[in-house]
Amino acid sequence: MSIRKRFQLISLVLAIGSSVFFTGCLSQESALVDDAAVVTIQNKGSDTIVNLALAWAERYQEYAPNVSVAVTGGGSGTGITSLINGTVDLANASRQIKTEELEAARENGIEPIEFVVARDAIAIIVHPSNPVDTLTLQQLSDIYSGKIRNWLELGGEDRPIVLLSRETNSGTHVYFLEEVVRLGNAEDTTLFSVDTLLLPSSEGIGTEVRQNPNAIGYDGLGYVTDDMKTVAVSKGEGEAFWPPTVETVNTGNYPIARDLYIYTAGEPQGAIKTYLEWILSAEAQQIVLDLGFVPVSYE
Amino acid sequence: MTKTQDTSASSSSDPKSGAAAEALTPIYEMHRSQASSLLEVVIERAIQTSGISAVVLVALIFLFLIKEGVPAFFEIPLSSLFAARWYPIEDYFGLISLVAGSLLVTVGAAAMSLPLGLATAVFIAEIAPSWARDFLKPFVEVLAGIPSVVIGFMGMLVLAPFVRTALDIPTGLTAFTGMLVLAWMALPTIVSVVEDVLDSVPKTYRDAGLALGLTRWQTIWRIVIPAGRTGILTALMLGIGRAIGETMTVMMVTGNAARIPTGLADIFMPVRTMTATIAAEMGEVAQGSAHYHVLFAVGLVLFLITFLVNLMAAVVVFRQTKRAERLLS
Amino acid sequence: MSRQIAQRIAFALITAAAIFVIIPIFFIVGYIVFQGLGAINWEFLSAFPRDGMKAGGLLPAIVGTLLLTAGTAIVAVPLGVGAAIYLSEYAKDTTTTRAIRIAIVNLAGIPSVVYGLFGLGLFVIFLNFGTSILAGSLTLGIMTLPIIISTAEEALRAVPQSFRLVSTSLGGTRWQTIYRVVLPQALPGIITGVILGLERAAGETAPILFTVAAFFLPQLPTSILDQTMALPYHLFVISTQVPGMPLSIQYGTALVLLVFVLSMNLIATLIRRHYRHQRVW
Repeated sequence: MSIRKRFQLISLVLAIGSSVFFTGCLSQESALVDDAAVVTIQNKGSDTIVNLALAWAERYQEYAPNVSVAVTGGGSGTGITSLINGTVDLANASRQIKTEELEAARENGIEPIEFVVARDAIAIIVHPSNPVDTLTLQQLSDIYSGKIRNWLELGGEDRPIVLLSRETNSGTHVYFLEEVVRLGNAEDTTLFSVDTLLLPSSEGIGTEVRQNPNAIGYDGLGYVTDDMKTVAVSKGEGEAFWPPTVETVNTGNYPIARDLYIYTAGEPQGAIKTYLEWILSAEAQQIVLDLGFVPVSYE
Repeated sequence: MTKTQDTSASSSSDPKSGAAAEALTPIYEMHRSQASSLLEVVIERAIQTSGISAVVLVALIFLFLIKEGVPAFFEIPLSSLFAARWYPIEDYFGLISLVAGSLLVTVGAAAMSLPLGLATAVFIAEIAPSWARDFLKPFVEVLAGIPSVVIGFMGMLVLAPFVRTALDIPTGLTAFTGMLVLAWMALPTIVSVVEDVLDSVPKTYRDAGLALGLTRWQTIWRIVIPAGRTGILTALMLGIGRAIGETMTVMMVTGNAARIPTGLADIFMPVRTMTATIAAEMGEVAQGSAHYHVLFAVGLVLFLITFLVNLMAAVVVFRQTKRAERLLS
Repeated sequence: MSRQIAQRIAFALITAAAIFVIIPIFFIVGYIVFQGLGAINWEFLSAFPRDGMKAGGLLPAIVGTLLLTAGTAIVAVPLGVGAAIYLSEYAKDTTTTRAIRIAIVNLAGIPSVVYGLFGLGLFVIFLNFGTSILAGSLTLGIMTLPIIISTAEEALRAVPQSFRLVSTSLGGTRWQTIYRVVLPQALPGIITGVILGLERAAGETAPILFTVAAFFLPQLPTSILDQTMALPYHLFVISTQVPGMPLSIQYGTALVLLVFVLSMNLIATLIRRHYRHQRVW
């Protein structure tokens, strides 16, 4: 084949290829306009909640096949920011919205409405071989602010403590900072120790804890797997130690328990409202339990 | 990228730049006045515009980074930006730990990568039998193709635990692990460029060495490599550029702790790089907030660093070409 | 020490270094194949993920990567080949040309995450495309531009001057010469460069993090303003964010991405080799 013919052939192939691509895209778009309207709900935010949100989205497809829920993570901060920017319908957050964020939303004409959709315990996880079983909140605060540096000081082996944490965009991180490192004291300005490893997400912590006997980490109960060990926590000296379980969260005994939230932009309407109501229903809450979180108790 | 950056680096010093076009220009102009059509004119305008596009884009990127990054310097006092602590959600914006983290990992990676890359290139170009050469060259390019997230994934699951147990350090997620991985990732760039450089050293140089009674190794070490030292320096610069810009891999293996490394032992402690910081935090910042601007400022710093590295490489090549021209004239 | 012994030692060290570099390549690819092959079956490649992405397949991620690659090509190829033609056939050695070359070298060196930042700032926010295939393709396209320009220009320059002379001697204008003579001859080299550039774009995560990537979408994207899943981001997410993710699925995803990227590499190499033999000069 001559060079020119070859060139023409290749151009032809490329032209056909791109036109197929475009036709495909366009026809899909028009096909959907013709069918019953497919509603997409944008759901974004907390990495703690993301797997739960995903499970909900998957199950909900069976009930409402024309509603599709798009789930993205990125951290509580990401979700709330998107809500403020008006690019998301449901923002998942493992911490409450901050005052600054509330103001920013109102400036944009958006009134965030809060829904508690599940509850969670923040489990303290260590390597299975770690002999330490119990810790007080004060000890946790000292560990994570860098005051206690060796497991020996806690009755464990002579090993340096490797601190694992979520990234700063995580609601879990913020919650831990406020309730554990700062012991709930709003005036306190203690920070995480500068040596704290900020890992990309929950599984990053899991991966390290599973194979590093020096490590200590924290994360939602839903992320604890059998190859990790959880530590029982007490509010203070002389108080009982409670392991993180669904029961201890429900009875209010576990000291580091929190609510998980979904925020909407204004009062939810239509498909979003239906979806939220379903999330608070018994079936969706059973999914909460299945994933290791704590269902919202309701009458 | 391997082949391509080497081309840019060498052709910018190519004195024949545009010679193909220039020589024929008079004839082209003559024919143009005879037979040009509207379509041709339109197409040629489009081509000229495409040509300028590269400059426009670089300028656009630079301006954007400035537009969104410079406000950080007004919103945040300089003393805070140069403080030791990076904890943006509580308004601690000390950039030093990030810059130090990036520099530590990059310098370490470059230090490991250059000798290894040089050795591998020498091996492929001078020592390996030709059947091996045909196989090795594309093989090293395979390494260039492996996505960074795959390497980070393996680094996190396999290398980090290994480093921890082998060196008996608290955790395997350290600057050192990052250096190892980055050095390895920069290798295809370095190997490719150096190999081309060695190839382009004239055979007469080697013949002269052998004629003088030097062994092959002495010829390589004392004649060929020094002859190619500009290109080798360029390769180093490109490797550095690759290392400092890497994001996903360092995010997965360096631990992301914003510490300022102060001593040699800190190589075996976690660090936080500029690139990982941007990737990890950008998603959550409210547009227009101080944090948002600071992250763009970090991006600006990265842009300027790579710009400087490229500039230095170009200057070195330029000087070497000038020297060569003087010698040969 | 005799020079012969010095040579032996030096060569041994160098060979050791080369082996040290090459062995891990085998190891990584081999290990991923070994661990991941078990997960590959038709369902894995053609179904949606289910059960919290711990089972099922990769279809949306594969389609997403294909769409983004196509989008990158649409953005980068016309612009890049055009710029290469300009540099090779039109440009004189002026300051503008030198500025263009410097710009290209700089574009090539910009870290991928800075491209992501730029894409976020310009396409997602300023031009209000939102996180979309459009924003992602534009970002990846600009990132791929320097590679395509460089390789395309190299391919164009490799065409001997005599070809152009013959064309002009027959009365061809500049564009006619390019279109009918130079470009067809340079085409294999250009295609190789384009494929290598697209290979890089397909494997990148940082530029798509804030411009297009989604954790989970229940259906395939239907317009360029939709978000999409993508293989590199998917691998990142399942290896760092989902508890209880079976290792076989993680390695399987890595394998699919690797195969996708490396087969592009292979195709490009084969094209290059084939046409090098076939070259008429």
